[in-house]
Amino acid sequence: MDLNQLKIKSLEYRKTILDIIYKSGAGHTGGSLSCIDILNVLYNKVLDINPKNFNEKDRNHYIHSKGHSVEALYTVLCDQGFFSRKDLEKLNHFNSHFIGHPTRKILGIEHNTGALGHGLSVAVGLALSKKIDKKTNKVFSLLGDGELSEGSVWEACTTASKYHLDNLIVIIDRNDLQITGKTEEVNPIEPIDKKFESFGFETISTNGNNISELLNVFKEIPIQKNKPTVIIAKTTKGSGVSFIENQINWHHKVPSEDEYGRAISELNEKLNSYE
Amino acid sequence: MNKIGKPNLEIFSETLLSEAKKNKDIIVVTSDSRGSGKLVPFGKELPDQIIEVGIAEQNLVGVSSGLAAGGKIVFGVSPASFLTARSLEQIKNDVAYSDRNVSLIGISAGISYGQLGSTHHSIHDFATLRAINNMTIVAPADNFEASQAIKQSVSYDHPLYIRYGKKPMMDIHPPGTEFKIGKSIVVKKGEDLVILATGETLQRAYLASEILKESNIHCSIISMHTIKPFDKKTFIEFSKNSKAILTVEEHSIFGGLGECCASLIAQNNINVKLKILGIPDEYMINGSQADVLDHYDMSPEKIAKISKDLLNK
Repeated sequence: MDLNQLKIKSLEYRKTILDIIYKSGAGHTGGSLSCIDILNVLYNKVLDINPKNFNEKDRNHYIHSKGHSVEALYTVLCDQGFFSRKDLEKLNHFNSHFIGHPTRKILGIEHNTGALGHGLSVAVGLALSKKIDKKTNKVFSLLGDGELSEGSVWEACTTASKYHLDNLIVIIDRNDLQITGKTEEVNPIEPIDKKFESFGFETISTNGNNISELLNVFKEIPIQKNKPTVIIAKTTKGSGVSFIENQINWHHKVPSEDEYGRAISELNEKLNSYE
Repeated sequence: MNKIGKPNLEIFSETLLSEAKKNKDIIVVTSDSRGSGKLVPFGKELPDQIIEVGIAEQNLVGVSSGLAAGGKIVFGVSPASFLTARSLEQIKNDVAYSDRNVSLIGISAGISYGQLGSTHHSIHDFATLRAINNMTIVAPADNFEASQAIKQSVSYDHPLYIRYGKKPMMDIHPPGTEFKIGKSIVVKKGEDLVILATGETLQRAYLASEILKESNIHCSIISMHTIKPFDKKTFIEFSKNSKAILTVEEHSIFGGLGECCASLIAQNNINVKLKILGIPDEYMINGSQADVLDHYDMSPEKIAKISKDLLNK
């Protein structure tokens, strides 16, 4: 899949995210749009996780620690063939496993997340299991920036560093916003890079909404042997739809009919530019 | 007279070491709890099968879950007080809800830490974990139950919590006794009343029954080593044919063995008297485990006296 195809995927994915949130009447629009390019590159170019190898032990793993951005994950997993679009249309229906946070009841999802600050410890445990088994598989985990206030994140970092988990890649969706407002106003978390460095990580920053930059970053990991990696992916909350970008109220706002129409038109215009 | 055995905690560590020597997939995770978990020999003999996360109980549970996701048979070992309170959300989400093959071992459980006080007591663990879906809760009474619980936990591929105390325990069960997680053990049968105990209080209930025998009162003694799933069948059968039920637990009177029995009695229209012995809702008295249990009416003598009162004898 070449760069243009990936860029087209990102636009299509954004349409799907908006579509399923609009139709189901609930979802985390802003955060799903901010991390979708990261998931696009991971699932289409990096992870090599698919419905055929998902139940195998020796493969790479992905833990979606910022569980609320599940619509982005559902969208990419659907595209990878883990389930049908018809299944995904059951989002938030009564008795559906497609709910507002990931669960292992759905093929393709590794771990039940939703409460923040949990995914990294689980990813550390998985990465440790690979080291114990002398396998070279990698474990990736995506965390939100607001999530970094959870103390358990930093507990996990100490273990990742102690056991030299260079098979662990942490990605921070650094969109600068959380439900209350700007992260640096709610509870300042900068300097993120220096914090992780002091916890024994190699850090690298990138534009998390730029496909070619992301592709380059993932080619470089692990940055240093014997050290876990953190990728600080600078993103825009609501990325890709002008009136949703950087708006706090779009954390979990559902588009109205008018907003949905305008968002899809905007994305279609961008898609047309590729044809 | 029954022999006094070893502390259950020692039996736990010996059994786990022996199982782990046979199975390389068994991994122990500790939170600076190697010494208190009697796992120093384990660390020396199987250094590749022990992960140390430091004093970070939330991380201990999350890492345990991840190791299990990677195919390991995981034992997360930490003081019961911290493990089941501080890490409760990790237990709920990363172990129970995510259905991981993790055995959480609560060491120095109940009021084993004695004079170290309430920060170190776990008199809430049955109550909190009972309300978490997909959790199994086991409190072994004697050395036999302590070793059997670990042996069975190796092949029990669902979330499990086992609590262990650290005082030497009297051997209660004769050779040939069957232990199965989820199935209570009838220690003795008697027609006058039923005393149910869980974990280390079984010894006290058993000694009380010996005192009662001298007054010609014959009671059934049941070891309810598994708090969840509860052996309803045995409980209902015994309570329907009994004049009174007495429960004894090293736990708050709320949400544990006693209230589980009360609920079953009420919901099955069983007409039987019930008395719950445990730690009352108050600023706890300080003392050794033995002294505190005695203070809260759980000495063998007091259990016998309360039994007589229940029977109006």
